[in-house]
Amino acid sequence: MELRKDYFADVRTDGLNEIGQPRPRLDSPGHVTGKTAYFADRNFPGMLHLKMVRSPHHHARIRSIDTSEAEKHPGVVKVLTARDVPHNVYTILILIQIGPEDETVLADGKVRWKGEAVVAVLAETERAAQEAAAKVKVDYEVLPAVFDMEEALKPGAPLVNEYHGQNYYLYDSGECRKVRFGDVEAGFAQADHILEQSYQSSPIEHAPTETTGCVVAPEGNDRFTCYTNTQAMFFTLDNASIILQMQGSKLHFVGGTVGGGFGGKVDVIVEPIAILAAKLTGRPVCFIYSREEEMQISSPRAAEKVVIKDGVMKDGRIVARKVTGYTDAGAYSRHSPYGAQKGAAHYPGPYTIPNVWIDTYCVYTNRTPSSAMRGFGVTIGDFALEVQMDKLARLIGMDPLELRFINAYRDGDMKAHRQPTEGAALIECMQEASRAANWPVAEKYMAMSSYRKGA
Amino acid sequence: MAKVPVQFTLNGSEKAEFVESGTTLLNALRDKIGDTSPKGGCHQGTCGACSVIIDGELRLSCLTLAETCGGANIKTTAGLAEGGVLHPLQRAFLDGFATQCGFCTPGMIMAAKVLLDRTPNPSREDVVEALSGNVCRCTGYEPIIQAVLSAARANSQNVA
Repeated sequence: MELRKDYFADVRTDGLNEIGQPRPRLDSPGHVTGKTAYFADRNFPGMLHLKMVRSPHHHARIRSIDTSEAEKHPGVVKVLTARDVPHNVYTILILIQIGPEDETVLADGKVRWKGEAVVAVLAETERAAQEAAAKVKVDYEVLPAVFDMEEALKPGAPLVNEYHGQNYYLYDSGECRKVRFGDVEAGFAQADHILEQSYQSSPIEHAPTETTGCVVAPEGNDRFTCYTNTQAMFFTLDNASIILQMQGSKLHFVGGTVGGGFGGKVDVIVEPIAILAAKLTGRPVCFIYSREEEMQISSPRAAEKVVIKDGVMKDGRIVARKVTGYTDAGAYSRHSPYGAQKGAAHYPGPYTIPNVWIDTYCVYTNRTPSSAMRGFGVTIGDFALEVQMDKLARLIGMDPLELRFINAYRDGDMKAHRQPTEGAALIECMQEASRAANWPVAEKYMAMSSYRKGA
Repeated sequence: MAKVPVQFTLNGSEKAEFVESGTTLLNALRDKIGDTSPKGGCHQGTCGACSVIIDGELRLSCLTLAETCGGANIKTTAGLAEGGVLHPLQRAFLDGFATQCGFCTPGMIMAAKVLLDRTPNPSREDVVEALSGNVCRCTGYEPIIQAVLSAARANSQNVA
C-alpha cells in the first residue's frame, strides 16, 4: 500500500505510523480453530426452543386466536400471545425520542405484513415447537393491502399503521424531511439544460451466514443473561428493559461476536420475547431464525425511489437540484425515519450546488419492515446521484470526471443543510483516481485543491 | 421419540452417544458432544458452514444423520491443530487475513483440507472449485483463495 503523506502535509501532525502496517486480528485465532463462541454455541441443560407463529397475510384483522391444541401438543411448555408482553407496543428509536411507538412484539388485533409474529410457542425440542406452532389457529379477516409507496401516499389508500394515522412518518417539518437552500426555481430558469430522471431500488436482504438469534439463561437471582448476535447491544438492552418493564440491571447482555451483520442485526427482534419466555418458564430459551426466516422475516434494506431534477450550464456547473426521495419503511418504523432523514442531508451529493430543494418521505406499506444496511439512507441515493452525474456529462458533451471536478465541494463551502464542508479531500481523491485509472483530465483540474486559497 | 446409540471417532477420540432418531450429525456434534466448530448457517445444505470430514470425504453435517456415522472417522476444524501447533491452513488463514466474521471459516478450512490432502499443489481453479460449496457473505473470497494457495506452498516446502 502506498501512503501519500504529501497531501495536507502542512496540517497533519500525526505520523500515521499504524496505517499501512499489518496487525494480527484479535479474533482470528478463535476463528481458525473453531473456538470463537457465537451465541448459538451456548448450550444449557433443559433449554427450550421458541418458534413463532407468523401471519400468512399482508394485512388482516385478527378475529380470534386459539392456542388450545398447541398447548396440548407433547413437549410444549408455554404459549405466549400479545397479552403476555408487559409493554407490547414499542419502537426502537424511542431511545432517541423518535416516536410514536408503532410496532407490536406479538400482534394484537391486527397484522400489517406477511410474516409478522403473532404467537410464540416454547417446547422441549425444536421439532415439538414447530409442530405445535402449526396447531395454533388464528382467524383472520383479510384487509386490502398496499405495496407501492406512491399508491400508499394517495388519498383513500388502505391505512397501514394506525399508530401513525397516515402512511408516512410525520416529521417536525411535516409529511417529509425538507431541505431548502437558495432559490431552486430561479436556478432552473437560469440553467442551459434541465434533466429530470427517476431511479428506484428493490429491498436487499443482508443474508448473513449466521442467522439472527439469541440464547437466554435465567440466573436464579431474578437476573437474565442474554447471549445475542445483535449489532446493537445497549440499544437492545434498553429496549428490552422497556418492553419487559424490567430494570436494566436485571439484564446481562453478552455479545459482540456476530456471524455477519451488515446492519441486519440492529433491530430489537428476538431478545425481548426470549427473555420474557425465560422469565415465565424459569428455563433457558433459544430463539434462532431459520434460514427461511432470515431471508423472509428479517429487515431488508428499504426499497427506495429517487426523483432528481437538475439544472446544468453548458460549462458544467450544476446550478439547481431538486430531489424527491421515498423510503419504503414497510409496516413499521424501525430505523427508516432516520434513514430517510439522512437522505435529505445527503442528496446534493459531494457537490456544491447553489440552489437545492429536497423532500424525503418515509412511507408505510404492507411490506416487510425495512431497517439498517450499510450506509442506509445514502447508498441508493449515491447510486442515483452518480448515474445522474454521468447523464448530465453526456447531455452537455463533457468528460464525466471533469464534470465532477467542476462541482466538487471544497473546504469552507456551505452545504445545503447548513453544515460547512471540512476536510473534504474530494479533489485530491479524484486526482489520484485519474492517475490510477489512467483517465486523464485537463491540467487545470490536476492543479485544483480542496483548500480555497486565502480561505 | 426412540433414541439410537451411535459411536464414532472424532478427531482421534472415541465418542458414544444416544441420539434421537433423525438427529443430524451437526446437532449431535454441537449439542451432545460439545464440538461447536461446525456451524449451522442454513440447515439445508446450501452454505457449507457445517462442513466436516467423514472417512476422508467432505460432508455437510447438517444433511448427514448421526445414526449413519457408526464406526466413522470424523474430523472437524476443532481437531486440526496438533499439540497446540496450528495446521498450515489455519496459519495461512490467520496470516492472510482470510477471516472476517469467522462464521464460514471452519467449513472453509475443512473444504480446503480435503483439497490439499488429494491435490497438494492445486491451481487457483482447483481452489475455487473446492470452495464453491462454501458461502462467505462478508465476500472475503480472494484472501481465502490466497490462504489456501499459500498453505499448499508452505506444505510443499516442508516436504522438500
